[in-house]
Parts: sequence; C-alpha cells; structure tokens
Amino acid sequence: MRSRLLGIIWSLVFLAVPVLGVATFAVAPAFDIWLPENVSEHGPTVDGLFMFILVLTGVVFVVTEGLLFWFLWKYDAAHAQGPATYRHGSHSLEVVWTILPAGVLLFLAIYQMNSWADIKMRRPAMSPTVEVVGRQFEWRLRYPGRDGMLGTPDDLFIVNDLHVPVDEDILVQLKSADVLHSFFLPNLRIKQDAVPGMKIPVWFKATQTGEFDIVCAELCGWGHYKMKGHITIESREDFDSWIEKKYAEQESTQPVAEPSDAVAIAD
Amino acid sequence: MSTTTIPSTHSAADLATLLPVRKPRPIADFLSTYVFSKDHKVIGLQFLFSTLLWFLVGGLLALAVRWQVAWPWSDVPVLGKLFAQQGGQMSPEFYTMLFTMHATVMIFLVIIPILAGAFGNFLIPLMIGADDMAFPTLNMLSYWFMWPAFFAFGASFFVEGGAASSGWTSYPTLSTNVAASPGSGMGQTLWLVGLTMVGVSSMLGSVNYMTTIILMRAPGMTMFRLPMTIWAMFITAVLQAFALPVLTAAGFMQLADRTLGTGFFSPEGNMVNNTLTATGGGQPLLWQHLFWFYSHPAVYIMILPAMGMVSDILTCFARKPLFGYRPMVYSIAGIAGLGFIVWGHHMFISGMNPALGITFMVSTMMIALPSAVKTFNWLGTIWGGRIQFTTAMLFALSFVSMFIIGGLSGIFMAATPVDIFIHDTYFIVAHFHYVLFAGTAMGVWAAIYFWFPKMFGRTMNEFWGKAHFFLTFIFLNGTFFTMHILGAVGFPRRLADAYHYETFHHLQPLNAFMTWCAIGMVTSQIIFAVNFFWSMFFGPIAGRNPWHANGLEWSAPSPPGHGNFDFQPVVYRGPYEYSVPGAEKDYLMQTDPPNAAAAMAAAAAH
Repeated sequence: MRSRLLGIIWSLVFLAVPVLGVATFAVAPAFDIWLPENVSEHGPTVDGLFMFILVLTGVVFVVTEGLLFWFLWKYDAAHAQGPATYRHGSHSLEVVWTILPAGVLLFLAIYQMNSWADIKMRRPAMSPTVEVVGRQFEWRLRYPGRDGMLGTPDDLFIVNDLHVPVDEDILVQLKSADVLHSFFLPNLRIKQDAVPGMKIPVWFKATQTGEFDIVCAELCGWGHYKMKGHITIESREDFDSWIEKKYAEQESTQPVAEPSDAVAIAD
Repeated sequence: MSTTTIPSTHSAADLATLLPVRKPRPIADFLSTYVFSKDHKVIGLQFLFSTLLWFLVGGLLALAVRWQVAWPWSDVPVLGKLFAQQGGQMSPEFYTMLFTMHATVMIFLVIIPILAGAFGNFLIPLMIGADDMAFPTLNMLSYWFMWPAFFAFGASFFVEGGAASSGWTSYPTLSTNVAASPGSGMGQTLWLVGLTMVGVSSMLGSVNYMTTIILMRAPGMTMFRLPMTIWAMFITAVLQAFALPVLTAAGFMQLADRTLGTGFFSPEGNMVNNTLTATGGGQPLLWQHLFWFYSHPAVYIMILPAMGMVSDILTCFARKPLFGYRPMVYSIAGIAGLGFIVWGHHMFISGMNPALGITFMVSTMMIALPSAVKTFNWLGTIWGGRIQFTTAMLFALSFVSMFIIGGLSGIFMAATPVDIFIHDTYFIVAHFHYVLFAGTAMGVWAAIYFWFPKMFGRTMNEFWGKAHFFLTFIFLNGTFFTMHILGAVGFPRRLADAYHYETFHHLQPLNAFMTWCAIGMVTSQIIFAVNFFWSMFFGPIAGRNPWHANGLEWSAPSPPGHGNFDFQPVVYRGPYEYSVPGAEKDYLMQTDPPNAAAAMAAAAAH
C-alpha cells in the first residue's frame, strides 16, 4: 500500500512551493510587475525596507520550506528504517528559536521607526501647498490664491488635476467631503485615508518631473474604481506658469468681488 | 433519603469504578434527534453541512468577483441574465456588493462557524471524555441563532439596492449614510442584523466550550493532557467571549446611527451624495477602532482551532510525539493575549495618530513570534517521524507550508513604512487568503478527512481525496501567490476596473491567469463533494480507530451514540504517545492502562 514513489512525488510537490515561490519573485520585475518607478525623496526608504524584509523573509521561507521538504523525503514511512524518534521536544532548541526571531523582529521594529516618523510625524514647518478634498468620485483641489493663503476668497479650484513643483517640500491638507477615501500616489509611495471631519497633513518631496496616477485606495462607493486623479510634477517655472494661467482663467470667469461663493464651494 | 454515602474526595481511578457503565439513551423522535437535537455531534454536523453549503455560495461569489477583475465589463456567463438590461455586463455597484458579501459569507458563515461550531461541537466532548456539552440546550440555540443570520444575509440580496456593499468592514460614513451607495440602504441594515445574530451564536457557543472544557474532563484528563485541538478551542472561546461584546455594541451603534438618528460615527454636517446625515458629532475612526478590536482577535479565532487540529493530525501521521507540547500551548496563549493589542495595525494610514502607529507596529512584530515558534515545533514534529502520506496528512502539511507564507507576508504589513505602499493593495489580499484559505480551509479539509470516520463510521476515498488535495493545492497557489507581485505594483483591491490607470493597465493578463486558477480551484471541489457524500453511504467501514491514533475520541464507537462512550473513559497519559520505545504497538491511547496490573484492576472494576 505504501509506495516509496508516492512519497517522492508528494515531497517534490512541497519542494515546488519554495522553488516556484522564489522564481515568481525573480521573474516578476522582468515583466514590469514590480514596484512602480519611484519619484519621491522618501521612496527609497520604503522600497529599501520592502527589499530588506523580502530578503529576510525569503531566507526564512526557503529554509523552513526546504526543511519541510527534506523531512518528508527522508522520513517517509515507506522508506525510513525502524520506528520514529520518541522525543517530546528540546528545551535548548525552544530557547534558540524563541530568542532568535524575537531579536530579529525587535530589530526590525526599531530599525523602521525613524523612517515612519519622517514620513508621517515630522511635518515640515510650512503652510499647506494645496488642499485635497476627496468626494464621490473625484479629487477636489484647492490652491492658495495670489495672497499665498488657503481659505481666502481668491483660492483656486481645480478637479483631479494636481500640479506640484519638483524638488520642493509639498504639504497637502487632506480632507473628505463625504465618505472615506484614500489618497494614493503609487509613484510617490504616499497613501493616506481622507476622513470626514478630519484635516490630515500629508507631505512629500518629488525628485523627478513627470505625470502619474492618483488612485483612490479606500472603498468609497459604487464609483470607487473611477475616482482617478492625475499628478503632474514639473519644474518651478512650469508650475508657476501653469498656476498663473489658472489664476487668469479663474479671474476672467469669476470676479473676486463675491467671496461668499468661493467659500461655499470649498466646503 | 438514601443511605448511600458518597466519598467527598477520590482519585481518578476510584471515580471510574463508582460511575455506572453508560448506555446510549433511547431515541425520542426524529425531530429531536436530527433537527432540534441537543446532541453535540448532531449539532456539530448541522454546523458542518450548513457551513459547507455557504462555502459553496462564498466560492461562487468569489468567482464572480474574479471574473470582473480579469475581464471587466465583459459579458458574464450565467450571471449575465441578471444584467440583461445592461447587455450582460456586471454593474460596478453589483461588483461592490459581490466582494462585500464574499468576505461576509466566508468569514461569518463559513470559517468561524465551521471551526468553532462544527469541529468545536463535534470534538470537544469526545476528546475530553464527556458525554455531551455542559449546556446542551444552549448548544442547540447556538446553531439555531445562525438561521436568522442566514435569512438576513440571504434576503439582503433581494431587497432594493441589493446586499451590503461597503466592504465586510462596513466603514462609516459609507455604511451609515443611506444615500452613500445602493447597498447602504436596507441591505446594510440586514447585514448588521445578521452580524448580531452570528455574534449571539458565537457567544452561546463560547460560554459552553469554556465551561465544558473546564468542568467536564474525564478522570485523569488534566489540562496538560488535553490535545492541542482542545487547547486551541478553549483559548478561541476565551477570545470570543472577551472580544465579541465590543463588536456587538459597535453593531448596535451603527444600527442606531442608521435607524434612530444617532451620530456615533458621523461628523457634524456630513453630507453624502447630497443627503445630510441626521445628526453629527461622531467620528468615523471610532467604528474602525471598535470593529478591529473584535476583528483582529477574530483573525486568530479563524486560525487557532485549525492550528490545534493540524497539530493532532501531524503527530498521528508522523507517528511521533508533538514537539514541544508546552511551548505550543503557551504560544497559542501568547497569540491570544497579544491579539488584543494589535488591532491598530489595520489603521496605520487611517488618520489615527501616527505615534500610536509605532506602538501597534511593535506589538504586531512581536505577535509574529509565537506563530514562528509554532511553525518550528511543527517542523520538529515531523523531523525523525515515520510519515504516512494520507489525504489528511497532505492537507495538514500544506497548512504548515502555506501558513509559513501567510505568516511571513504579514511582516511586510507590520512594517509601517512599507504598509503605506501596500495597504489596501493585492498584497494584503494575498496575505489573508494565505492565512484563511491556504491555512484555515486546508486545515479544515485535513480535519474533515481525519475525523470523517468518527462522524459517519466510514472512511473517505483516499485516491480521490489526494486528487482533491493536489488540484486544490496547485490552483490555490496559482490564484493567491501571484497576488503578492500584483500588490508589489500597488494594484488596489476592491476596484471594479483598475486598467484605466497608467500604473496598472499591463496587469490584465496576470489577473486573467489568476481567474483561470480560481475557476480550476472551485471546480476541483466537485471531487470533494462527490467523495464526501459517496463515502458517507458507501465508504469502507472504519471501526473505532482507523488511523491508530491516541485521542479519547478514537476509543468511542464510530459514530458514537448519544452519550458518546460505551464505557467510562479514564485518561492515563497525554495524547501524543506515539512510537514509545518498548511498547507493542506504535501508539498508546490515552485510555490504555499504564501496565498489566492496572489493566487487570480496570477489568475487575468493570
């Protein structure tokens, strides 16, 4: 009934897990199925940490799955001689495999604290560059007007088309008009939920010019999939001329003399 | 008054001689035996059949989700008739409803009740040597409280606007404002009602399990002679009892927000889709805290029993004692304890104070430790064993193999800076499917193949069992492993169509491949269904102990009658005495007397 051949086959099935697992991660970048191009200053920290954990867990993955395969191969009842080892455990092994991972996990925890603090806690001392308001199913953007201040009558209103200057600190004030949304900039390694009733600061510094996606990453209703925005990262000159054009457009259609209208649109 | 005196203290062996030999009780009538039964085994099987049926529903919902992800806006086979007016395409609101209900069904109507309800009920009294649960009526009610939930979730598909569609997490204000989404109407209310009923059922069960395990163990069955299955069920019951009231309270608060006009979760003046929420002053994040305070421990409720059952199956088919019994118990307790202080890792980017994120990150890193210890001990268990590749063993081994993947991928999410990028992408979808499907569901199949002989007195077909295992194993990895690299691109979950984004437009072929694998995975279950029902009636007769296992349940008849044991079980040792040197056979049951003298004494007592 017990065949050695079957034992070999089943062992190999379990060997296929680490082999194909590692292969999947190895070939994925060749098909461009990998971390998208990074264009933010803090991005390399995030990507580096991702790769560090990938290598660390990859080693543990290969070793544990490899042991599983080896034990199945070697201790197949149809093949191994004599009875099983009568053993209830090993105190020293338990100590080793408790302390060792505990040390590694604690190291990981401490190692990443500073990057987290940089990305989410050490806000640059500046007034917001732009206010982003999530709304079913669009991103409403509000730039300070010529006075450089948000919340004044000359504020500039734009939908879905975010422009920011390259190599400068950008501080976004994130709000939601209705339900939860999440402001996801894959190429800038930024994601932050927008919560009704809260103003949440988000900051980043882009390092390259280009056009990228703004994705809504928190379920916000039936049209969640199409809540798509666009971010254009451009040089300071290009940004200035773009915003100047927008100011002019707005001023030609909407006299600044009636401030109450502008404020109403904001909220 | 009887003059018989009962000694107030006596040893386990004395007790065995005092208690009368138990006989199966007479059957009252069909209804009380098979429908409103108070027999824990019948209730366990009722849970098993109901949850397997919902498993099918959840699986078909998943296929419909996968269809849309792979080929958005193409004509849907079979389901297309529902969308005849739109030319056979799935609408985005229907898609939103599909993934909400897929998760809801799988979590609340399949995984939790199949582990605690089906296997907890069936196995606890048998494995501790009790004749039934401590509270049989409560036990019966725990099953029948599932039916209002079945009706509420089932009916919600047919009300105006359709079933709930704000995700299984039901985050306000999408879920609280009736105008926010079509499913936020009656569907969401029914969802909350269903959730509450599932909670009542779980609570009744957990009280019963704790009491039974503490008070009704057979003579000699000390806590540290309990099989891992029972330890896991016990700690799961404790988790349920402490975490569930929070979810129930939160559910009532959301129900009040929706129907009574309270404002626990909506801020002042919250306007959704031109509809103002009645009152304000609340906080959407409050729901997330309350929800995850239950739902994170619930993640362990959904895996610990499977871990316990897999430990028992691995030892039996490795013919070797469990490696590190006490560390295994302590690590389950450690997971349960730490499980209460890690809920914030679901909320790193929710707008919660980022400083709080750091504390949750540290506790989350530490909860990986007991899981690692368990994995190493499972490997230690098969090391030096004599492995028998039965279907149950293959499924149990795949649990270990897959749990390694699910456990390791969790570390990425625990690392807060990495979580910023992969949060709400397919990376997390890969992670929890490796834990819950490739882990728990594979563990459940292991348990079904293993305890089937005890349930029905017959064994399942091994050849078709292995075919079922092989196909499921291949297809599940094809479906879920690829999700990791999809997540690495940042591919977001819950999008009806993501290909219009520049970043994701090249991922459609990969998604199509995954959907084909998912179709293969669901189709393979036909083999299981046929094998299951065929073996129930025509499988080979099993006898009491077909696997030569040690547990108490294997000393009872297969299937056991009402009252379980036809003798008073007395426990002499732990459950993992396999391949003891000098013993005649390679297993020593918990009821086998320690030596010849004890054997004779026991025989004389009978």
